[in-house]
Amino acid sequence: MVELVWLIPALPLIGFVLLLLAGNLLGEPRAGWIATIAAGASFLVTLTVFVGLLGRDSHSGERSYELVLFEWLPAGSLQVEAGFLVDPLSVTMALFVTGVGALIHLYSIGYMHGDPKYSKFFLYLNLFLFSMLMLVFGNNLVVTFLGWEGVGACSYFLISFWHHRESAATAGKKAFVTNRVGDWGFMVATFAIWSALGTVTYTEIAKSPAMAATTGTTVSLLLLVAAAGKSAQLPLSVWLPDAMEGPTPVSAMVHAATMVTSGVYLLVRMNNVLTDDALIVIAVVGAATALFAALCAVAQHDIKKVLAYSTISQLGYMFLAIGSGAYVAAIFHVITHAFFKALLFLGSGSVIHGMGDEQDMRKMGALRLAMPITAATFIAGWLAIAGVPPFAGFWSKDEILLAAWEQKNIGPLLWFVGLITALLTAYYMSRQVFLVFFGDQRWDEEAHPHESSWTMTTPLCILAGAAIIGGAINLPLVKDWLVLEHFLEPVFNHPHQFSSGTITKVALAVISVCAGLAGISIAVLSWLTRRIPTDRLEPEFLENAMHVDSTYARVVGGIGTTGFQAAADIDKQIVDGAVNGVGKLTMRMAQFIRPAQSGYIRNYAIGVAVGALAIVVLLTWGLLL
Amino acid sequence: MEITTGWYLVLGALLFVIGGTGLLIRRNPLVMLMCVELMLNGVNLSFVAFSRTLGDIGGQTVVFFVLVVAAAEVVVGLGLVVAILRRQPGSTADDLSALKG
Amino acid sequence: MVDTLVFVVAAVICLVGALGVVLARNPVHSALMLVMTLFGIAVQFVAQEAHFLAAVQVIVYAGAIVVLFLFVIMLLGVDRAQNLEMSFLPVQKWAALLFASGSLAVVVALIVVVGEPVTGVQAMGGTLGGTDDARLLARSLFSDYVYAFELTSLLLVIAVIGAVVLVRKPKQTNPVAAEDGGGS
Repeated sequence: MVELVWLIPALPLIGFVLLLLAGNLLGEPRAGWIATIAAGASFLVTLTVFVGLLGRDSHSGERSYELVLFEWLPAGSLQVEAGFLVDPLSVTMALFVTGVGALIHLYSIGYMHGDPKYSKFFLYLNLFLFSMLMLVFGNNLVVTFLGWEGVGACSYFLISFWHHRESAATAGKKAFVTNRVGDWGFMVATFAIWSALGTVTYTEIAKSPAMAATTGTTVSLLLLVAAAGKSAQLPLSVWLPDAMEGPTPVSAMVHAATMVTSGVYLLVRMNNVLTDDALIVIAVVGAATALFAALCAVAQHDIKKVLAYSTISQLGYMFLAIGSGAYVAAIFHVITHAFFKALLFLGSGSVIHGMGDEQDMRKMGALRLAMPITAATFIAGWLAIAGVPPFAGFWSKDEILLAAWEQKNIGPLLWFVGLITALLTAYYMSRQVFLVFFGDQRWDEEAHPHESSWTMTTPLCILAGAAIIGGAINLPLVKDWLVLEHFLEPVFNHPHQFSSGTITKVALAVISVCAGLAGISIAVLSWLTRRIPTDRLEPEFLENAMHVDSTYARVVGGIGTTGFQAAADIDKQIVDGAVNGVGKLTMRMAQFIRPAQSGYIRNYAIGVAVGALAIVVLLTWGLLL
Repeated sequence: MEITTGWYLVLGALLFVIGGTGLLIRRNPLVMLMCVELMLNGVNLSFVAFSRTLGDIGGQTVVFFVLVVAAAEVVVGLGLVVAILRRQPGSTADDLSALKG
Repeated sequence: MVDTLVFVVAAVICLVGALGVVLARNPVHSALMLVMTLFGIAVQFVAQEAHFLAAVQVIVYAGAIVVLFLFVIMLLGVDRAQNLEMSFLPVQKWAALLFASGSLAVVVALIVVVGEPVTGVQAMGGTLGGTDDARLLARSLFSDYVYAFELTSLLLVIAVIGAVVLVRKPKQTNPVAAEDGGGS
C-alpha cells in the first residue's frame, strides 16, 4: 500500500490540470467540488499509505520506503532522482496537510461563493496542495526545493488573489521577495551539503558521517535562514501579517496550517546535520520570535492580524523546540497548531463573511448570538491555543516548555521567555474572543451578521473536534501513550530523552497552566468586565510591530537604493557590455557570409542541384572508376 | 536494334536534365512549375522502366503516388503564383527576393 | 522492329516537347509543349505495358494539370512573350548549363558504361503479365501501400484548403489574406 505514495501528490495535480483546462467551463460550484474531491481523495490515499506503513516493522528500518520515479538530473557525480520518501515523518506531515487541506477546500466552496475568479482560486489551492506534498514527500533536497518554490509561488498568487486591491498586490510582492531570502539560504545549503557529503538524498545524508564542525554549523545556519524565510521567523517575519490580504481560507491553509510549517519540517528532516552551536541559535531565534510576535498580537485590531502574529509566535515555539532538540515536540506542535489555527482562521473567516467583509474587531461584539456554531468552535480553538488542559495546545506547548527548560546552556531563560509568551498568548486570544463574541454589540443593524452555510461550518466542527482531542496522539502521562513519539522514532538518529523527574514535569505544567489562566484572567478583567481600563493596553509601538517594517523600509530605501544603483550600473557596463560585444562580433562575422543569401530562388535551386549531383557522384564513385 | 532498359533510362535522364535546366534559367514562375513537371515525368519514366525490368509492381505504385503529389504541388504552387501575381502584376521569380540576407 | 520505331518516335516527341517547354517565350506555348511531352511519355508507358498509368497520365496530367496551368495563364493575362535573356543573374545561365552537362554526363555514363549494376538488368525476374497491370497495381496500393495511399488523400485535402486560402481575395482592412485563417 505504501507504493501508492505517488498518487498523493498526483491527485491534486490532476485537479489542477482539470481546472486549468476547464475551470471556467465548470464554473461554480462544480470547480470547487472537483478541487475538494481531489484533496479529499489525496487524504484517503495518505491514510492508506499510513496504514501500510503501520503494517511494517518499526525497528528494522522497514518503515522507510523510497519510490524513485526517474533520474531527474544525472550530471556527473551529482545524481538527483525524482523520488518520494515515505517514512513516519513525511506521512505524519502529509496526513494533516491533506486532511486540513481538504477541509479548507470544502470551506472555500462556501467562502468564495460569488467570486468572479471562483475556479481560479481552487486551481491555485490544488496547485498549492500538490507543491506542498512534493515538499513533504521529496526524497532529496532538490525535489523538496521544487515543492518549496511551488508553495512560495502559490502563496504569492493567493495573497494577491484580489490583486485589484493595491494592498493585496503589494503584500504578495512582499511575501515573495522576503521568501526569496529564505530560498537563497536553501539553495546555498543544498550546494554546501552536496559538496561536503556528495549527496542530496535524505536517506544518504542521514547515513553520512558528521560534517566538520564549521561546515556543519554553516549548513545548519543556512537551513535556519531558509526555514526562517518560509516560517516567518525573525528577522524575516515581516511578510506574514501582510499576507492576511489574501482570502481567509488561504490564510488558514497556506499561512497558518501548512506552508509556514515547512520550515519546521525542513529542520526536523535535516536533524542529523544540525550542530549543537546552531541549535542554540535556532532556539534563541524561536524564543525571540515567539515573544516578539506575541507582544505585537496584543495590540492588533484586525481580527486576522491577531491570528497572523499568533501564528508567527507559535512557529517560534516550534523553532524553540527544535533548538532544544525536541523534534517530536516540534512536530507535535505543528500538528496541534494546524488544527486549532486552521480552526481559528476559518472561524474568523466565517465571522468576516457573516459581517459582510468587516475585519475590525472594534466593530464587532456579541456575535455569539448571531453565529452560535462559529462562536462555539472558535472558543474551542481559543482554549486550545491558550494552553488550557485538556485541549490539544496544552499538551504540545507543555512539552516544548519542558524541552526548553532542559536545554543545556540557557534552558531556564528560554523556558521563561516561553512562559511569558504563553501568558501573552492566552491574553490576546481571550481579548479577541471577548471583543468578537462577547461584550456589547458594536455593529450597525445593517450588518446583519448570520451563520454561514454548512460547507463552512462542517470543517469548523471537525477541526474543533481535532483541537479538543488532538493532544491524545502524544499524551505524556503513560509511556505507552506517546504514540507520536514512538511512531517518529526511526526518523531521528539520537532520539530526545526528557531527563527531568516527574515532580519537575508536573511543576512546570502547573506553572504554564497558571500562566495561561493568568492571561485569561487579565483579559476577562480588562475586556469582558472592563475592570481594568483598556486605554493603555494597546500601545501604538506594538500595533506597528515595533517598527520593524518601517525600519526595513528605511534601510532598503536609503543605503539600499545606492547599492542597488551601483549593482545596476555594473550590470549595464560590464555584464551587458560583454553580452553586446559577443553579439556585435557575430554580426561582423555574418557580414562576410551574408551575400550567400541572395534571395533569388534560382540561386538556391542551383545549390540544391549541384549538391544532389555531388552526392550521386560520391555514391557511385567506385562504379564510375 | 533491341530497346533495352538503358534507352528508357537515358530518355528519362534527358527529360530530367532539360527540366532542371529550364527551372534554373527561366524566370516565369509558371514555366518553372512546368519544368518541375518535366523533371517528375523523367523520373516516372525511369520508375516504369525499372518496374518492368525487375518485374515489380512497386515501381508503378510509386509513379501513382508521384502523380498525386504532383497534382497537389501544382494546386498549391499555382495558388501561390496567383496570389503573388495579383499583388505585383508581371513579377518574375527574381522579383521575389525579399528574404535577401 | 516496331518496338524500336515506337520508342524512337515517342522519344523524339518527348524531347522536342521538353525543349519547347524550356525555350518557348510565351507561357501558353510552353504549356502546349508540355502536353506533347506528356503524350510521348504516355506512349512510352504503353510500350512498357503500363496501360493503367498511361491512361492516368493522359487524364490527370494532360487533362487536368496542364489545363489548370492554362487557366491560370488566362486568368492572370501573362500570355505575353518573355525575353529569355538573363537580365540580372549573368552567372546563372552558365552555371545551369554546366550543371546540365555535368549531370547528364554522369547519369549517361552510369547507364551506358557501367550498365548492369545501376540499371539492375541482372535482377530481371520476368515481365509483368500483359494486361494485368491495373489489378496488380490495385492490389499493391491497397495492401502494402495502404497507409501511404490514405495519407495522399489527406495531402490532397490540405492542398485544396491551402489553395482556397491562398487565392481568396484579401479584405480591404486586412491586406494579408492568409492571416485570418481559412474561415468565412
